[in-house]
Amino acid sequence: MQTQLPTEQAPVLEIRGLTQRFGGLTAVNDFNVKLMPGELSGLIGPNGAGKTTVFNLVSGFYQPSEGRILIDGIATAGLKPHKVTALGVARTFQNIRLWNDMTVLDNIRVAQHYRLGYGLFHAIARSKRYRRREEEIARESAELLEVFDLQRYADDFPKNLAYGTQRKLEIARALSSHPRLLLLDEPAAGLNSSDIQELIRLVRWIHEKFDVTIWMIEHHMDVMMELCTRIKVIDFGQTIAEGNPETVRNHPAVITAYLGDDVI
Amino acid sequence: MLESIIQNLINALQWGSFYALIALGYTLVYGVLTLINFAHGDVFMVGAYIAFFVATFLLSALGLPGWAALALCIPLTMILTSLVGVTLERVAYRPLRKKGAHRLYVVITALMCGLILEHANLALLGASRKAFPPLIDVQVYTVGGVTFTNLKIAVIVTAFLVFLFLHWVVTRTRVGMAMRAISYDKFAVPLMGIPLDQIIVVTFVLGSGFAGLAGLLFAMSYPVLEPYMGALIGWKAFIAAVVGGIGDIRGAFLGGFLLGAVEIMVVAFFPSTFRDLIAFTVLLAILTWKPTGLFGIAKTTKI
Amino acid sequence: MLQRYSVHLTLGLVGGAIIYSAYQEYLSLYIMSVLMFMGVNVILSTSLNLVNGYMGEFSCGHAGFMCVGAYVSSLLGVWLFARDKVFGAPLLDPEYALYAFPLLIIAGGVAAALAGLLVAIPSYKTRGDYLAIITIAANYIIISTIENIGAIGGSRGFMGMKRLVNSMEDIADLPWMPIWVFAFTVFCVWLMRRYVSSTFGKGVTAICQDEVAAEIMSVNTNKIKTITFMLSSGMAGIGGGLFAYILGYVNPGSFNILKSTEVLVMVYLGGMGSLSGSVLSAILFTILLELLRPLQIIKWIVIPLLLIILMQFRPEGIMGNRELGDLFPRLKKYYRFK
Repeated sequence: MQTQLPTEQAPVLEIRGLTQRFGGLTAVNDFNVKLMPGELSGLIGPNGAGKTTVFNLVSGFYQPSEGRILIDGIATAGLKPHKVTALGVARTFQNIRLWNDMTVLDNIRVAQHYRLGYGLFHAIARSKRYRRREEEIARESAELLEVFDLQRYADDFPKNLAYGTQRKLEIARALSSHPRLLLLDEPAAGLNSSDIQELIRLVRWIHEKFDVTIWMIEHHMDVMMELCTRIKVIDFGQTIAEGNPETVRNHPAVITAYLGDDVI
Repeated sequence: MLESIIQNLINALQWGSFYALIALGYTLVYGVLTLINFAHGDVFMVGAYIAFFVATFLLSALGLPGWAALALCIPLTMILTSLVGVTLERVAYRPLRKKGAHRLYVVITALMCGLILEHANLALLGASRKAFPPLIDVQVYTVGGVTFTNLKIAVIVTAFLVFLFLHWVVTRTRVGMAMRAISYDKFAVPLMGIPLDQIIVVTFVLGSGFAGLAGLLFAMSYPVLEPYMGALIGWKAFIAAVVGGIGDIRGAFLGGFLLGAVEIMVVAFFPSTFRDLIAFTVLLAILTWKPTGLFGIAKTTKI
Repeated sequence: MLQRYSVHLTLGLVGGAIIYSAYQEYLSLYIMSVLMFMGVNVILSTSLNLVNGYMGEFSCGHAGFMCVGAYVSSLLGVWLFARDKVFGAPLLDPEYALYAFPLLIIAGGVAAALAGLLVAIPSYKTRGDYLAIITIAANYIIISTIENIGAIGGSRGFMGMKRLVNSMEDIADLPWMPIWVFAFTVFCVWLMRRYVSSTFGKGVTAICQDEVAAEIMSVNTNKIKTITFMLSSGMAGIGGGLFAYILGYVNPGSFNILKSTEVLVMVYLGGMGSLSGSVLSAILFTILLELLRPLQIIKWIVIPLLLIILMQFRPEGIMGNRELGDLFPRLKKYYRFK
């Protein structure tokens, strides 16, 4: 695992005082985090703690009630999700959201929509620019599939692939936009134990090979403990613990949150 | 000044009553099946025609006096119209529902059923309009400077009574509770021992029955019937239901009267050819401002 | 080399044959008008398929955009190039009608596209059933507006377009309307194919299959929805303009919800998301309409019944979301469909 030189560089993601209220419910309460470039960090908490809400806020799906979100120093709160992605954030979802009736290769190609480099006119006129960019994108997408060893599925449809393969494809698709920050929302959900081992290897390999900061939500503790250097624990939208895996594992507040107060 | 306001108000309430009664049917079915029953406006039309035939039969063949014919006509029309609605459900919508077909296919089927009803009518009965026989003596009352008829008042009162009845059914009876349960989660409901199909039939019975009642009242108020009479009213009542907040009967009721008010106001100040134009524009404007309708709850998708 | 352009050649031959037949009057006026309406139906069905099929929305008011295009190109054409009761003498020399005609039709398309823009905007916050309402209401509003403009004939309609066609025939005695209809039909289908087969256009399919994922994967969903909607309604406007000039007469009543329903039938019959499906179903449907013409009212019982049966047993339509190239892979040698 990489060691960081945190305080020298500017954080990739900085969240200050993030609060999100849905009517009477406060889903996220004064949430703060700083992710340094190259980190592999985790976010855990019981169900309903607000983890996915934080991700949705960073992605741009919600406008925060309060607080600031800075990606590489740029304030992104309130930007539409496709703009946030263009700034270098990519994410996967708890329930795999692939485009099931488009080929695997198309899934990768369409994910680069913001950097197509041509618009309606060129698409219709099939100009030189169109043909050059389409060729480049097709080539880069095929290369990405090769890097992930998925090239043999290029003309298949995601719905015909094994679940573990679909998950891998979704992550590959997220990386097609060359993001600075990759948000993984429960990537191990629905995977069997051998797939999970495969996933751990995959995430570690991505972390080493691509120049990307990874922030992961997970319920599978073994995945978290294996991969993350730093883990943040939230409950009821608030941070209750933070630190390296050992610290968090033994933290009393964390144990209470997951297991309750009863003395065992 | 005050008189003309009250006059317009009464006219608006009466005109809106029809929309409200039809809108209630749309919203009941939508609440339970998330289906826009596009055939509903034509069920209203069928109700009016059923009322015509029943009334004509009772008056001429049986020679009953007007009020007796009316007393029999109301339940007969409602029952027969319910049958039409239920038949649609059994024959056209249920098979698709059982197959788990995409909602869109059911909507298209509903649209097509409406067209079939219209043109079957046209084919069977011809294009000539039918005149609805008078069943009661229309009494005109004038209070202050305001004129209204006993029929108009009856229509308004009926609409309110129907609403109160449906509100009672939906909130206080077990059937109503089942209907609400289905609108939340269709799949869990049969697992709880609630007979899904029967509740859906009840929903259609209620919706179509009251559409039939609206048809009868409409035919009595505006005694000229023609096959396309349900189409435009149906579309407008549907939009009114959505503006009020589809799925909620208060919304349908309010939306219907809102539309009635808008149309009466428009006709009071503009040439009557502008009526539909402005009505639709106002409805669209409200929908743009509040996309879920006035009583609607925003359904957020879980991301 | 011949293989690659075989579709273009076939198209050229077929078009040439039709136009030649029209010129020599081998085919009756009736058949010619049916063929022309077929072309218009192809434009309507493919353009609606863009929104209802590829994008997976439920737009129900396509005839409204047709109406906008029909009236704009008719009014403009008659005002500029023909003498009539409403506008008086033509503003420009009728000689130029021939060269201006494509511009007139495109002007109708542009106007319809702008109308589509107005309809698309409130649809961002809504989806599914709400777009149905907005488009139905828009359809009624457009018709109702024109019915209230007495100056151009209101509900009685507007005519004079025949004079432009006559002017065109004065310049060169060719069957101009079949030529224009054929040209625009090919143009519209070509345009749409280029749009949906590009990666840019595949954003539409992505929105259809998972809008949240599309938005996250950098697709500017609002922009794509707007573009798609405007293309769709714009082409409906082109179809409307051609429709008006074929008839020589236009009135708002011909663009009501029944017309919109006809287009809906064609789209779902052909298969959502299949361009070749929409072309096929438009051709079949036009033929069916003509065959059922003697049956008059039964026509509108048979057609809905057909669609109901389709929904029960083959809801994906004739082609589903596949193209001809998927069904007959050998055709792929002759043309790249995707």
